[in-house]
Amino acid sequence: MNILNLLKKDLLLEVRQQYTFYGILLYVTATIFVLYLSMGQPEGPVWKGLFWMIQLFICVNAVAKSFLQEGRGRLLYFYSIAGARDFILAKLVFNALLMILMSGVSLVLFLFMLGDPMGHEGYFVLITCLGGVSLSLVFTFLSALAARAQQGAALMAILGFPLVIPQLMLLNRISTIAFEDVLQGGLGWMLGIMAGLDVLLVVLAIILFPFLWKD
Amino acid sequence: MLRQTWWKILCVLLLAYTVIAGFLGTVPAKPIVNETIRNLYFHVAMWMAMMVFLSVSVVYAILYLRKPSHVYDIYSLEYAKVGIVFGTLGIITGSEWAGFTWGAFWSNDPKQLGAVIAMLIYYAYLVFRNGIPDIDKRARLGAVYNIFAFAMLFPTIWILPRMVESLHPGGMGGNPAFNDLDPRMALVWVAGAIPGWTLLGIWIATLRIRLALVEEKKYSNRP
Repeated sequence: MNILNLLKKDLLLEVRQQYTFYGILLYVTATIFVLYLSMGQPEGPVWKGLFWMIQLFICVNAVAKSFLQEGRGRLLYFYSIAGARDFILAKLVFNALLMILMSGVSLVLFLFMLGDPMGHEGYFVLITCLGGVSLSLVFTFLSALAARAQQGAALMAILGFPLVIPQLMLLNRISTIAFEDVLQGGLGWMLGIMAGLDVLLVVLAIILFPFLWKD
Repeated sequence: MLRQTWWKILCVLLLAYTVIAGFLGTVPAKPIVNETIRNLYFHVAMWMAMMVFLSVSVVYAILYLRKPSHVYDIYSLEYAKVGIVFGTLGIITGSEWAGFTWGAFWSNDPKQLGAVIAMLIYYAYLVFRNGIPDIDKRARLGAVYNIFAFAMLFPTIWILPRMVESLHPGGMGGNPAFNDLDPRMALVWVAGAIPGWTLLGIWIATLRIRLALVEEKKYSNRP
């Protein structure tokens, strides 16, 4: 129940302020437009690589403020009414939703500007959702760490980029499902590992977040 | 354990045995690998030692979160540092080996990439810790990041490289592992190199831990 309320509060804030949404939207559009200007309409592998790199930067920008925006007093208030686990879960769900939305927007823009080198768009939509959720899980947790360390988003990028390389490599490989008709073995397994990694991240966040919280 | 000397003597003897038997002992002449197989005593053993140190480090990080004590934090940090040193040495020795067997010092092999990622994650650990001025907060956030990093390290170097084609043993369609390891080599490797390098790392770590403990005592107001 607390989780739902906290989630509702985040959603309401987002709908009312609309700061993140339009900010990131502008960021996404501008970045992809610059890519289009410099790359034109690239081949499949380049398209794929660019797409995931852009996802990474969108995620850093979209998720960074989730903890940094909460003031000290407000955190204390949430702590007294909800508890750490509900709080982190609500944040994880909210950021996952936000990232799914943003990934969807950037996918549409990519298809519109950089062309469509894929054979199976349907699969790629699903992979994009999975990728967006996975990235948002890592960066939500790192945003909490960076906020507790009283450092800005720069620290998050320093900590996060090495940590997400395995995920990005996996996503890049899994994406081949959408690009090729003949598939090499092991991709289904990788999908499983990706999902397993996500579960691991959620569990770790739930276990470790209470330690971050208390002062 | 910290101040006893028998295991330090053992460490020196084991490493002396590793180096002497490693460079002078007989090895089977396998195609391509040839004499470079001696690197097994250094490269592979160092990676195994690194996994031990990083595991010890994460255990102390968990202990710190359960019961905050600076001693645990110092243990965790120093073992992580030694792990990083051994991991870096592992990359260098591995790259050297690759240069003479695979034809290039760096070939973007999945395990090479995994190793670099693992090292980057742990370098980030050190950078992150240095950025926090408050000692207690540094220890706590460091412990949290350490556990998180270890959880990401595991798939990076143990699962991912095994799922793709790799020149390393153990990957799909790569070269065969050392299943048919020569028994004389296995003796040097298992009895000499692995415990030898591990003990050396523990020795380094304990020295640094003792130094850190003395320094902490100097700066704290406790009697």
